Amino acid sequence: MTIDMAQFHQVFFDESFEGLDVMESGLLNMDPGTADTEEINSIFRAAHSIKGGSGTFGFTEISNFTHVMETLLDEMRDGRREVTAVAVDALLRSVDVLREMLKAVSADDTIDMDDVQAQQSELEAILNNSESAAPAAGANSAQPAADGAEAITGWRVVFRPLPHMMRTGNDPLRIIQELTDLGDVKVEGDASLLPRLAELDPEECFLSWVITVNEALEKSQISEVFDWVEDDCELSIVPIVTEAVAEQVEAPEVESAVQASEPAQPERRQGERRAEDRRSPVDRRQNDRRSGGGASGSSSIRVDINKIDGLINMVGELVITQSMLSMLGEDFTIDRVERLQDGLAQLERHTRELQESVMQIRMLPISFTFSRFPRLVHDLSSKMGKKIELKMSGEQTEVDKTVIEKIGDPLVHLVRNSLDHGIEMPEVRKAAGKPETGTVHLSAAHRGGNIIIEIRDDGKGLDKHRIESKAIERGLITEEHNLTDQQIYELIFQAGFSTAEQISDVSGRGVGMDVVRKNINELGGSIEIESEMGKGSAIIIRLPLTLAILDGQTIAVGDEIYIVPLVSIIESIQLKPDMINLVAGRGETFKLRNDYLPIVRLHEVFGIESVKTTDLMSGLLVVVEGDGKRCGLFVDDLIGQQQVVIKSLEANYKRVDGLSGATILGDGSVALILDIPGIIRLSSQKYSVADLKQSA
Amino acid sequence: MASILAVDDSASMRQMVSFTLKGAGYEVLEAADGVEALSIAKTRSVDLVITDVNMPNMDGISLIQNLRTLPSYKFTPLLMLTTESSAEKKQQGKAAGATGWIVKPFNPEQLLNTVKKVIR
Amino acid sequence: MPAIAQQNGNDDMQQDVEVIGSEYLTFNLGDEDYGVDILRVQEIRGWEMVTRVPNQPAFVKGVLNLRGSIVPIFDLRERMGMPAREYDKATVVIILKVICEISERSVGIVVDGVSDVLNARSQDIAATPDFGENLDTEFITGMASSNGKMVMLLDVDKLQPSVAQADEDVEVA
Repeated sequence: MTIDMAQFHQVFFDESFEGLDVMESGLLNMDPGTADTEEINSIFRAAHSIKGGSGTFGFTEISNFTHVMETLLDEMRDGRREVTAVAVDALLRSVDVLREMLKAVSADDTIDMDDVQAQQSELEAILNNSESAAPAAGANSAQPAADGAEAITGWRVVFRPLPHMMRTGNDPLRIIQELTDLGDVKVEGDASLLPRLAELDPEECFLSWVITVNEALEKSQISEVFDWVEDDCELSIVPIVTEAVAEQVEAPEVESAVQASEPAQPERRQGERRAEDRRSPVDRRQNDRRSGGGASGSSSIRVDINKIDGLINMVGELVITQSMLSMLGEDFTIDRVERLQDGLAQLERHTRELQESVMQIRMLPISFTFSRFPRLVHDLSSKMGKKIELKMSGEQTEVDKTVIEKIGDPLVHLVRNSLDHGIEMPEVRKAAGKPETGTVHLSAAHRGGNIIIEIRDDGKGLDKHRIESKAIERGLITEEHNLTDQQIYELIFQAGFSTAEQISDVSGRGVGMDVVRKNINELGGSIEIESEMGKGSAIIIRLPLTLAILDGQTIAVGDEIYIVPLVSIIESIQLKPDMINLVAGRGETFKLRNDYLPIVRLHEVFGIESVKTTDLMSGLLVVVEGDGKRCGLFVDDLIGQQQVVIKSLEANYKRVDGLSGATILGDGSVALILDIPGIIRLSSQKYSVADLKQSA
Repeated sequence: MASILAVDDSASMRQMVSFTLKGAGYEVLEAADGVEALSIAKTRSVDLVITDVNMPNMDGISLIQNLRTLPSYKFTPLLMLTTESSAEKKQQGKAAGATGWIVKPFNPEQLLNTVKKVIR
Repeated sequence: MPAIAQQNGNDDMQQDVEVIGSEYLTFNLGDEDYGVDILRVQEIRGWEMVTRVPNQPAFVKGVLNLRGSIVPIFDLRERMGMPAREYDKATVVIILKVICEISERSVGIVVDGVSDVLNARSQDIAATPDFGENLDTEFITGMASSNGKMVMLLDVDKLQPSVAQADEDVEVA
């Protein structure tokens, strides 16, 4: 049976690269001295899988290299070796080397063995650096070949299974059958130890055998058969030497006489085996080449099985609708036109849902992008002699694959900037009364219909005056400008602007920020800076949600329908007269348990003329929270809860205050999604104009 | 048709094993770790289990231990896929009730030959 | 509405109009005929209810679902400062492709009715006359004649209000 191993290569590469990421982040999390066993275990497992796979798929260089890493990790795992910073760094560099090797192999390039050798020597040096280094190395010399077998023409095997042997799943009969595959075999059973039936445990083995193998085999060929049971049986394998001696004397005749039954058998076997050995490396090379071609061309995406299941469900619905429609079409009469319309509407809805679900497959957690930063921060901070802790949150926020692909480089640039220009040297920080270790916080979240990515540091902040003077020097602004702080910060996005006193190889030569902004604009997003001298700064990237799913509550005001994100709803209540309070000049409030919360009438904020009721007692109050502020949203009615696909209003129109986006309802119409913080802002603006007439 | 449960956290190894065995006419069930394998084993019996040793959630050794406690897996051949050529892992496996092992790396022919040892 | 003065294009305007495509979809607002570059027309559909977007200028009728995209619908009369008119069976919505800053967008315009496709060679297109202060000609790129009637050619890229402009147009609620 020939199997094209190349078909598994892509999966192997994919999972190996993932494994490398696991190893890398695990190593970065590892505190020298106090290593977490589970952490080492997962790193070990990843290395182990790469080693196993690369061995199986014929990438010997990779498996050899990984073996050394694995040995080191194994010793760490068993506590035989201390987890030192040196070892962790060496392992990190090994991850890089391994990644390069995998890249080379997957692109069908040659591996740079110099790098590999150098790194391997480094690992080996660490391994040899203590008395405990030896054990795993012995593995290679595992089974010394049986010696002195040339003169032997047969074997006598005494095989006495221990009673428990069958409970390991090993079957003596099977083992004997296997021996018979080796050639001419004579088997004699010995039932002398069999107890009386009443005492017989059917799950135990009491028989033993004497097996004569009349073949000139290597001892290892026989002992191999018993490999799995050597501790579960009494076994002796003794050469039959009488013939062997005779053979030495009168070789040709005796050999043919003894092996008369199957004379040519062993010869042919050996021939076959050699042919196989010769064939396999060629196969491997071919396979490698084929897989290399495939790897460079295709880009794959790993999809959560739930999403696939969702798709399958939807296709199922579609098939049902289709068969319903075709039945309807078989004998259609005009009185069934309503059912036809229903069916068509259903078809449209299902098709749309299917389309949206397919699009949903493109959504990936932003951790794909974030995962590179621990390493980046680790490497750069040690290079710059700074102490920096990277915090990350919201890694599971899902964004479109395009965003994942395009946001990486801008983020790297911004994080590098934070490390380079933001965070101060430890002495400087100490002198300023700050902790020596600076913090960079990378976060992602869905907010107000956008994806917000923030890079926040507690470094020295932007120096407004330096930016100002630089901009004047560059002729970007005049000395008599009247720019706000925000506008001054914006200047760093101008082409060719860099405030670094010295150009460093960390954050480049001032070609960055304008390109960063351009890239983000191309994604339809915007970028903002917040900064405070001495306290730190934050870069806020706002990306539109081309696509995201939200759990929503559908509400009605008059004949208009809106969606309130379920996450912002605390509860819904029916107001009673004694709950309502008026605060002069600040409009209506209501008492919810011990808090007084403002009432926001959605029909006023949005100018909805078709509103059913303006009487607070006859509508409903949805208690919502946004940006830490709570209020009661006065609406006519709650309709239902559903998952909605967020569509951008900005794609074809513009951002609208109080709305985070829109969605398409089951009937194909558009419903707008409320942005609760925005609505609270709109409403407070309204009351700041002191609309007392309404609240009186 | 003999049925085989293949357990490996590495998708490529699992695919290779499964593809090879299916090609040889076996029915193959797959599991990504010991927990998954055990839950499959509780619902049905198979003729052979081939399991990786190092896996998250439940490793191969614990899986073998657990399988052996199930009445329908008392005598079922349980093979470990192991790169550890050191006797230690094999001993642990044997102690847990493993029938035998297949040493990685292996090629499809080797796999099939080994499977033929236990499924006749 | 002042009468349209006949005026021939002068030579320096000629170059601008040369780049305009030569086929126009014509439609009418009241007695006046307008045209848009046919390559910008995505589809023509009857008027149907749209979802109102709160706190927007009056000419923004709302948004509708165009194969999964949310598309704003502008009343062209109101956009151009003309009096509004009840929608009827002849009322159509023309979905246009517009170029706004760097991105391509879809917008719909509500017009009284679609008339025809006009073939106009560039020499038939005249520059926009100056109507004085009573008519805003910012949306008009030129004029062409069709069967003796003047057709005003619309610059569709100007229809989308800039963010600042749209906010100005909102009356304080």
